[in-house]
Amino acid sequence: MAGKTLYDKLWQTHLVEQRDDGTALLYIDRHLLHEVTSPQAFEGMRIAGRRVWRAAANFATPDHNVPTDPEERRDGIEGISDPLSRLQVETLKNNCAAQNITEFGMLDQRQGIVHVVGPEQGITQPGMTLVCGDSHTSTHGAFGALAQGIGTSEVEHVLTTQCLLQNKARNMLISVNGPLHPRVGAKDIVLYIIGHIGTSGGTGCTIEFGGTAIGKLSMEGRMTICNMAIEAGARAGLVAVDDTTIDYLRGRPYAPSEAQWAQAEQYWRTMVSDDDAVFDTTVTIDAADIVPQVTWGTSPEMVTGVDGHIPYASDMSHDQKRQSLRLALEYMGVKEGQPISEIPLDRIFIGSCTNSRIEDLRQAAEVVKGRKVAASLTQALVVPGSGLVQQQAVEEGLDVIFREAGFEWRDPGCSMCLAMNADKLEEGEHCASTSNRNFEGRQGYGGRTHLVSPQMAAAAAITGHFVDIRHWS
Amino acid sequence: MQPFTQHSGIVAPFDRANVDTDLIIPKQFLKSVLRSGFGVNLFDQLRYLDEGQPEMDTSTRPLQPDFILNQPQYKNASILLTRDNFGCGSSREHAPWALLDYGFRVLLAPSFADIFYNNCCKNGILPIVLDESTINWLFKKVYAQPGMAMTVDLVTFEILAADTTLSFTIEPYRRDCLLQGLDDIALTLQRAERIREYENKRKQECPWLFEDLEL
Repeated sequence: MAGKTLYDKLWQTHLVEQRDDGTALLYIDRHLLHEVTSPQAFEGMRIAGRRVWRAAANFATPDHNVPTDPEERRDGIEGISDPLSRLQVETLKNNCAAQNITEFGMLDQRQGIVHVVGPEQGITQPGMTLVCGDSHTSTHGAFGALAQGIGTSEVEHVLTTQCLLQNKARNMLISVNGPLHPRVGAKDIVLYIIGHIGTSGGTGCTIEFGGTAIGKLSMEGRMTICNMAIEAGARAGLVAVDDTTIDYLRGRPYAPSEAQWAQAEQYWRTMVSDDDAVFDTTVTIDAADIVPQVTWGTSPEMVTGVDGHIPYASDMSHDQKRQSLRLALEYMGVKEGQPISEIPLDRIFIGSCTNSRIEDLRQAAEVVKGRKVAASLTQALVVPGSGLVQQQAVEEGLDVIFREAGFEWRDPGCSMCLAMNADKLEEGEHCASTSNRNFEGRQGYGGRTHLVSPQMAAAAAITGHFVDIRHWS
Repeated sequence: MQPFTQHSGIVAPFDRANVDTDLIIPKQFLKSVLRSGFGVNLFDQLRYLDEGQPEMDTSTRPLQPDFILNQPQYKNASILLTRDNFGCGSSREHAPWALLDYGFRVLLAPSFADIFYNNCCKNGILPIVLDESTINWLFKKVYAQPGMAMTVDLVTFEILAADTTLSFTIEPYRRDCLLQGLDDIALTLQRAERIREYENKRKQECPWLFEDLEL
């Protein structure tokens, strides 16, 4: 019998019941909540007269709507100027209080983007199943956990039953091997992968990211990769457990106690695919082929190297691709054949659940140090992923580096990744962004997003246009 | 949820691949704590010429005349014909809520994004996957006969369009839920004992995950 993949193991250990029709009842170990996709679930639960199955398995924090301007935050929820945002943040607080769910509220140092907070607190652990009403829940797969984004109906289902109804996905392995250029990182890897397999390349699959290049990444880098598995169509991404995973978890507030650590570690170390495991699909990528990536269009698969240019319609083999290109060029205000380095930029955003962790900020700060933001830019923002990331960055003096260069240093939240709060692009503006989606209007009505790594965003902030970070001195 | 057995309606052709849920319902409308009222903001950026905001009176907003749902023959469409990877991106269930609130009950595409597909089935919308050549054929038919109607039967797995009967497949569980308008929480809660058994067993293996449970 063939060995098991990591996904097979996670699936089998959480199977409550397999039905004849192929559907399974899967047990969910941890459930993360935020203010945007949970209110209707709590309301549905109340209307049906149901209770939370297991309050301690749930953790919440507001992130999508919270202001990142320290002035607006000072007075807590009451100080949020947008009444609809205030109501959502308040509703989360009240729902959590009523159901005895731990919430890291807006003024709590532990508050932040839910996908930064979970791992940081040690809530996310190998071998578990974890869900959240947010597609970027795939982030937590970096720990060898089965982590998936769910809709609001499923949020209600998990709140009340601690289970999810699912069909098993297919196993896909993306193996990235060989040495990476030192200034090419996790973000470039994942953008390159999406460019390679397309935004529906992983649909119906759980993607395990493996190979020597992935093994060498920090947990922050692995989270960046798994975060964008959803942009390749996969509901979940995974990285096998190794020393890097275990070391990251040690000492985290919600990690297992000293007394249970040895048993937990022993179990966690089994969370790898067996040597003889069989994947339905395998994609192999040579890390040496990956150059710093920049998206030029309105889908993450519309991506190329910083040394490249916007494609020509005549390069496209398929009518649909040509039509998508045409729509994207029109929306983005760019031309066929235009070099990436000649795209004009207006704003820079360093943040989001993809790239707002301490390592991301360190990498960006290293590029920025002692330099000034280009005068041609309207704004350059740094939004740490959590209060604790912010604190760590301040201790390391990163805030001073960014401020002296002309960046705005903000409080934690999702911010300009999806522009639900006041941080947004104006119509027609181009933004070099470390976030995950370049969809039309994502960062603001008529805004134009270019997805890049933190180092590339930092360098673009200094020069006012995209430059090849490999040649940065 | 409203049961789905059979549905007849006008087919709107939305010829665009990779339509993401941000495009289906932009984020500014996600600030609602309700499940209804999203229909007027469905495809807001494509449908109107101005930037939409919550609580705006949409009846006075300038319409984008080229957009498919603003063309008189498609205004009352309840079946959306579209392209690959429809519903990609954000997991927001507001996307199917907006489609349903507008009046859509059936979506036809060569593929759908996973989370979106799942969210549709939980809200009484039937997403049907058909191969690309069939989708191309349907686009041709709809363009040739704007305002064309179609009947979709979930009992018989049949689509009747342009005097042709097509068949489709769907996972049995999803079909049952849609046909009966089932609330799957009630069904899962019938298995509460089984879930407790699982927790008991699993606690032996991974006690650190169950510190809160006295089993």
